[in-house]
Amino acid sequence: MSSPARPDPDALLAQLQREEAHAARGRLKIFFGACAGVGKTFAMLNAARARQQAGVSVLIGVVETHGRQETEAQLLDLPLLPRRVVEYQGRQLSEFDLDAALQAAPQLMLIDEFAHANLPGSRHAKRWQDVEELLAAGIDVYTTLNVQHLESLNDIVGQITGIVVRETVPDKVFDAANEVTLVDLPPEELLDRLAAGKVYLGAQAERAAQHFFRKGNLLALRELALRRTADRVDAQMRAYRADQAIQPVWQARERLLVCVGPGAAGEKLVRSAARLAASLHADWLAVYVETPALLQHSKGQRERVLASLRLAQELGAETSVLAGSSLVTTLLAYARSRNVSKLVLGRPHARHWRTLWRRSLSERLAEATPDIDVYVVAEDPLRPGERPQAPQPFYAPVPTRSRWTGYAGALGACCLTTLLSLPLLHVFDPANVVIVFLLAVVLVAIRWGRGPGMAASILSVLTFDFFFVAPKLSFTVSDTQYLFTFVLMLVVALVISQLAARLRFEAQVATYRERRTRALYELGRELASALTSASVVEIGQRKLAELFGGQSLLLLPNASDELQAAGELGEFDPGLADWVFRQGEPAGWSTRTLPAAKALYLPLKAPMRLRGVLALQPGEAELLASPEQQRLLETCASQIAVSLERVHYVEVAQDAIVAMEGERLRNSVLAAVSHDLRTPLTRLSGLVSLLQAGEGAPAGGGIHSAAAEPALRLSAEQQRQTLATLAEEVQRMNQLVLNLLEMARLQSGVVLQLEWHVLEEVIGSAVRACASQLAGHQLQIQLPPDLPLVEYDVVLIERVLVNWLENAAKYTPAGSTLLLSAHTDADTLCVRLRDNGPGLPPGAAERLFDKFTRGHAESATPGVGLGLAICRAIIEAHHGQISARNVSPQGAEFEFRLPRRPSPALTLEPPLPLQP
Amino acid sequence: MTELSASIVLVEDDPPIRRFLQTTLELAGWQVHVAETGQRALITIASRQPDLVILDLGLPDLDGLEVIRRVREWSSIPLLVLSARAQEGEKVAALDAGADDYLTKPFGVDECLARIRVLLRRHAGQSAKAAQTFQFGDVSVDLVQRQVSKAGQAIHLTPIEYRLLSTLIRHAGKVLTHRELLREVWGPNHSESSQYLRVYMGHLRQKLEYDPALPTYLLTETGVGYRLLV
Repeated sequence: MSSPARPDPDALLAQLQREEAHAARGRLKIFFGACAGVGKTFAMLNAARARQQAGVSVLIGVVETHGRQETEAQLLDLPLLPRRVVEYQGRQLSEFDLDAALQAAPQLMLIDEFAHANLPGSRHAKRWQDVEELLAAGIDVYTTLNVQHLESLNDIVGQITGIVVRETVPDKVFDAANEVTLVDLPPEELLDRLAAGKVYLGAQAERAAQHFFRKGNLLALRELALRRTADRVDAQMRAYRADQAIQPVWQARERLLVCVGPGAAGEKLVRSAARLAASLHADWLAVYVETPALLQHSKGQRERVLASLRLAQELGAETSVLAGSSLVTTLLAYARSRNVSKLVLGRPHARHWRTLWRRSLSERLAEATPDIDVYVVAEDPLRPGERPQAPQPFYAPVPTRSRWTGYAGALGACCLTTLLSLPLLHVFDPANVVIVFLLAVVLVAIRWGRGPGMAASILSVLTFDFFFVAPKLSFTVSDTQYLFTFVLMLVVALVISQLAARLRFEAQVATYRERRTRALYELGRELASALTSASVVEIGQRKLAELFGGQSLLLLPNASDELQAAGELGEFDPGLADWVFRQGEPAGWSTRTLPAAKALYLPLKAPMRLRGVLALQPGEAELLASPEQQRLLETCASQIAVSLERVHYVEVAQDAIVAMEGERLRNSVLAAVSHDLRTPLTRLSGLVSLLQAGEGAPAGGGIHSAAAEPALRLSAEQQRQTLATLAEEVQRMNQLVLNLLEMARLQSGVVLQLEWHVLEEVIGSAVRACASQLAGHQLQIQLPPDLPLVEYDVVLIERVLVNWLENAAKYTPAGSTLLLSAHTDADTLCVRLRDNGPGLPPGAAERLFDKFTRGHAESATPGVGLGLAICRAIIEAHHGQISARNVSPQGAEFEFRLPRRPSPALTLEPPLPLQP
Repeated sequence: MTELSASIVLVEDDPPIRRFLQTTLELAGWQVHVAETGQRALITIASRQPDLVILDLGLPDLDGLEVIRRVREWSSIPLLVLSARAQEGEKVAALDAGADDYLTKPFGVDECLARIRVLLRRHAGQSAKAAQTFQFGDVSVDLVQRQVSKAGQAIHLTPIEYRLLSTLIRHAGKVLTHRELLREVWGPNHSESSQYLRVYMGHLRQKLEYDPALPTYLLTETGVGYRLLV
């Protein structure tokens, strides 16, 4: 016995993720049948009732009974969600109410007719999309589906029954369902039921039976339904075996690539590829290769390409549009990069004359890649009445002048050439004149393109005949040799004009590509330099307006994850934007969700999460329909999203740094404050207990206390001294608390009360405020007599002066001299305080103004070191500078400078004449 | 009515401060009635008819400014305001509402007693209305003759300077806010241009003080206004 095979870890992880996703999502159960009347709705209701009896809350979203009594009987005791009434083309129609269903949030919801197409104006075009949203909201759903509504079988059923059904469900939705129950009824029994009137009631039954309920049809449909269910069971079996690692064989994954062209049969090609991929259990890709030549396709052809790609996406393919100069090379490069094993191509139905000398695409591909299988799918012949459209270049990268300008130009060029060549005829042979005409044709073709070029070719031949070939001024030709010249001239001119026009077109395409690349490059460069989300928004909106015209708007989530428009909301719909943000799917114009909306809403997907929504109302709606424009828009959106995410993380990082700085500062504050508050508090409590003890001892008079603590009796003098110390300590505490409060106030942002002041006045009040501290010092004040008025916040400047004077009193010995002086020049006021004390410690001059810094770290002089930090904060708030330095022979000097405006002119009363 | 027998209403909600102030004031020989809330204060002031009110601005029920306004509706008794807030705006608001002086907590007992004495004396003097001359330091002002002299020498003041001085004298001891002074000296239209006030105050100090930078009588209350110390 070999040891059990070890499961692949990646596969296990994928399985785990699948299970997790399932746990959060609701479960989808499909009651699948071959055709109407087999009893799907009945079976669904039956199953729901069983669940209800098991205690599950069940709500009927939509059930169509078609008046069948057996079915209606099942409905009676199940709660029914009221339908939404929609006004459509003047009629009142009812529709499933998705919002009410999400609101009601039952555990199980019944939704009949999975493939139903909603009325225009609903949120989703299809009912299966409504169901997707219910599942995403965690609601289980039971639904019913007929085999002809499956997208990949749609055309086969159409061929069998002759009835093409428009309402379809993508296969991937069917395959992703948690359970599929086949509701089967043999055709005979169904026909019996039909005959008994149990399927359709009334006049409908007859017609339906004739067209659809034929035994052959029913058998074929039943076989399709059984097969499809069997395929599913088979896939489940494989999945189970893979899960349980029963058969750990390495499987070479097949990968299919279908190349969609502008031909009419794109959809058929896509459906064939889907069926092939399903039968091979292969991934598949659908691409459209855009070459310069293909850019000339008409609008209808381009739309068909887009429709085919959309269909492929719905059928589960990964789609992309490739750009390249050569179809074969581009296609092969992509196929190699994606490990494609099979290529599927369509075969053009019409044999062009070109095929005589040019081999078909499939041949060229097969030759270039011997290792890739090439499948060619036949295309349907065109239906009568449908003509291949004449190529009208839909895409015009540079504004084309009116067509008539081109033709007028062609005419003008021929006339001019004729006039110029007439004199030449005297010198040269007419054969040489032909060359001049050819030159004109080349120029016209380059300038105005294909049509005018061809017109110029024909005109040239005619004028050459008319004016230059004998008999002149007549179209008749005497020398038959010239007929050959004409033919040759015409052919050469036509070929040259074709080549020139093509040259011009390719140049235009190159210019356009270059413009697109440059626009993206510029967007990327500007976004890279953006540092805030506001500037990302500004750059994004500006560039989108440049590229697509019309109006664009970015909506970003705020802190509570609600979308906020970054500009004028205008005609944009915030509700739809919000839906896009919640679902992460594009919506609005040209999408499957609310396609009637005027604007397109794209989610801004960044690697980590959705960063917002881009809403665009294009100037020219048609312009946005082309794949290259859509790719451009998507690239822009993802660039903006990535930039938003980058800016977001920059902000997060900055916040973290700020928080760390704050933490560091708080720690140093705590350390300083706990030291500087505890020391005086210890002194205070010591002094108070000293006084209490001294008071208590004589009053209590106890023998024990008197005997035990004789030392605590204080003399009157000692008591007086203790009280004085106490008062001093209290004063210091007060100063400390004031400083702390002041600092906090300054840091929380202070609004300066700027007024014009006399400097003398603030100096006077500052000196008076610290009169007691300065009692032991000599203070001199030197002010020039003509000091002008200066604008400042007087309370704060007084604070600066008081802190200076207190510091000077604290750090210089008693008896030192302090000199307070001021002067002004044209634009500054300078105030200085100089002392002749010991000076500042070396290297401390600048650090002194930092918070919690003192000259000597463990000085006995109290204070937290906030005084000078407060001074700096005040002076900086005034846009001034503050500094300190040592002066010779000894001492320190503090200085602040305030910027000064010219003083206001005061109209003072004239001084009184001196009286004797 | 003598200064010593004066009665004071003390409005303060913090018990320790109330107790210490009451003891201090009673020791100084005044009769003290206390009130803890704004409402009680209004009733006590109305019923006791005191000579002075000491009012804490931060009261639990009414804003202190509101109490000042209501008292001023019917009485002109001196009001001394206690405030824990160091913001100059608060002081100016209290003074403009009608308070006569203010003390910022924490304050010393001596300063508090001195302010009370000045207010009581001023109020008594106002009711007497007898003074013809006013004296501070060696400056004497003859309010009838409108003559000012310093140490016996006549000093010439301009009309505005004299009006400023006489306003300060009329409210001697009281803090006058910039707005009050501007209104009284220049009239109601000049209440915003306080730089004029500062310039003329400087002129007045030049003429009347010995050291204009360190005035002894014409004091600056920074951010609030001026006071003539007596």
